[in-house]
Amino acid sequence: MATTAPPAAPLRRPALSRRALPYGLLVPAGVALALALGYPLVRQLLLSTQDYGLAQQFGQPAEQVGAGNFRELLTDPQLWLVVLRSVLFCAVNAALTMALGTGVALLMRGMSRPVRVLVQSALLLAWAMPVLAALTVWQWMFDAQYGVVNALLVAAGADYAGHSWLLEPLSFFAVATVVVVWMSVPFVAFTVYAGLTQVPEEVLEAAQLDGAGAWQRFRHVLVPSVRPVLLVVGLLQVVWDLRVFTQIYVLQGAGGVASETNLLGTYVYRLGIGEGRFGLAAAAAVLMLVLTALLTFPYVRAMLRQEES
Amino acid sequence: MSTSTQPPPVVAPREAVPPAVPARRPPRRRRRHRRIADALGVLIALASVFPVYWMVSSSFQPGRDIRSPGSSWHPLGGTLDNFRRVLEGGGFVSALRTSLAVTLLTVAVALLFAFLAALAVSRFRFRGRRSFVLVLLAIQMIPAEGLFISQYKMLEGWDLLGTVTGLTLVYVASVLPFTIWTLRGFVAGVPVELEEAAMVDGCSRTRAFFTVTFPLLAPGLVATGVYGFIQAWNEFTLALVVMTREENRTLPVWLSTFTDTNRGTDWGAVMAGSTLIAVPVVVLFLLVQHRMASGLAAGAVKG
Repeated sequence: MATTAPPAAPLRRPALSRRALPYGLLVPAGVALALALGYPLVRQLLLSTQDYGLAQQFGQPAEQVGAGNFRELLTDPQLWLVVLRSVLFCAVNAALTMALGTGVALLMRGMSRPVRVLVQSALLLAWAMPVLAALTVWQWMFDAQYGVVNALLVAAGADYAGHSWLLEPLSFFAVATVVVVWMSVPFVAFTVYAGLTQVPEEVLEAAQLDGAGAWQRFRHVLVPSVRPVLLVVGLLQVVWDLRVFTQIYVLQGAGGVASETNLLGTYVYRLGIGEGRFGLAAAAAVLMLVLTALLTFPYVRAMLRQEES
Repeated sequence: MSTSTQPPPVVAPREAVPPAVPARRPPRRRRRHRRIADALGVLIALASVFPVYWMVSSSFQPGRDIRSPGSSWHPLGGTLDNFRRVLEGGGFVSALRTSLAVTLLTVAVALLFAFLAALAVSRFRFRGRRSFVLVLLAIQMIPAEGLFISQYKMLEGWDLLGTVTGLTLVYVASVLPFTIWTLRGFVAGVPVELEEAAMVDGCSRTRAFFTVTFPLLAPGLVATGVYGFIQAWNEFTLALVVMTREENRTLPVWLSTFTDTNRGTDWGAVMAGSTLIAVPVVVLFLLVQHRMASGLAAGAVKG
């Protein structure tokens, strides 16, 4: 990356270099992006059409298989299970996060100031926790033998002594959901609350005078005014929850059965880095990119429109 | 890199917007509503903060107490042994070194590149400007988990696997779009007239920029740099894939292997390690949270 931008041109330089200046300023960033994102993206597409496994890793030439990898993946029930699991996990997590986040934002409107500050500080703390630190704590809290969750359940009279939460796929995903939702609610709550504070109080009062109850005011006044915020935040949640990797990977390491709990991200990882089937993994990753692109299309379009106006 | 780490703040949490007092609503009902909201608020705050509390509290528990959850309720159980074990273990210190090197390098390079690009985008009108901004937006939608196989192969081919340079390269690219986007807002927030006034007074364009505009950008640069710091410090997926040798692990990767043992995880030490990793991030995050939000808002409407 031997790219240094030309120094800003002084006023009286000839016209040509003046015109070239902005492009020069873009060169370093452009080169870095092309090198570390653009080039891998192209390679990924090429790799996905090759039979690239461990033998190729040791020097054998890779064979072109065209759509072979994709055919193999798409006819493998395993992949469809993973896709289904990912979409379900994403839907549940995004919906829960949005519902809880919006609920907290609405509640914040009604709180007294000290309590609101308390809630906001607590949310900020949860938000700022590094993913891995947060995951480790949750893992510790759900620990079968010494975890506080089991201890509390036992204290409450339930038979949870030594219960392993990560063994069963369903309770594995329940734990993953708790972690993901806990970490993402603050973002939604803050953003929606910021949107809500833009709604003039007079409008709500007027609606109330006209006889609108709390639910009607929520449904017909508050929701429409924060709809753009809800849309953008909701889509971001969908994208983030679809590509969730760290939470699943770490919880698998802590006792989850990988083959039964893989989502798209960990599936690609285990195919590629784990089994050395790079061609197949690349194809799976391309499928993942396509899925993400389909889901983010409305979001990108909305951003483009905002950019135009 | 906004993949599995926390999302960047998009809008400032606005405080101090006192709810107007609707005189017409019966005050008793309103007070009851407020009391319910307050009670729920305290519950939300507790649920939100409990894991953080539990992490810090556990990290100060003596080894024998941590096995009986009853005693972990007392905050600051009084021992620094867990921290000592983490620091003496060796793995932490070498991971800290790698993390610091990668993170600081990423911030420095990304900030410089992004600053130049932000200048171009917000101070010049040129062909392709809009396309560049649009590409930036689109790139942010690419999931890192969809690219790591070929990024791994790429770094392997360049002999950069497991090196600080290699990881920095992929980190810079993943931090750049957001950094440019935000800095653009900060640059656009400084009126160009200020520079023009200095130029009328005889400054060159370059000098006008560096004496007038640049100092005003400092807070923006700091805030954006902190954002990059948090992202690189927390990133897990790429570090896991790329930093293959034990002595090259970053802190998150180290932490993930630290608990990985099937039997007898040293939870006290693990919580101490988590606390050590979290503290810088939490502090920085709280410091720049508001400024980031306003910069983002500016980036969305200006430039």
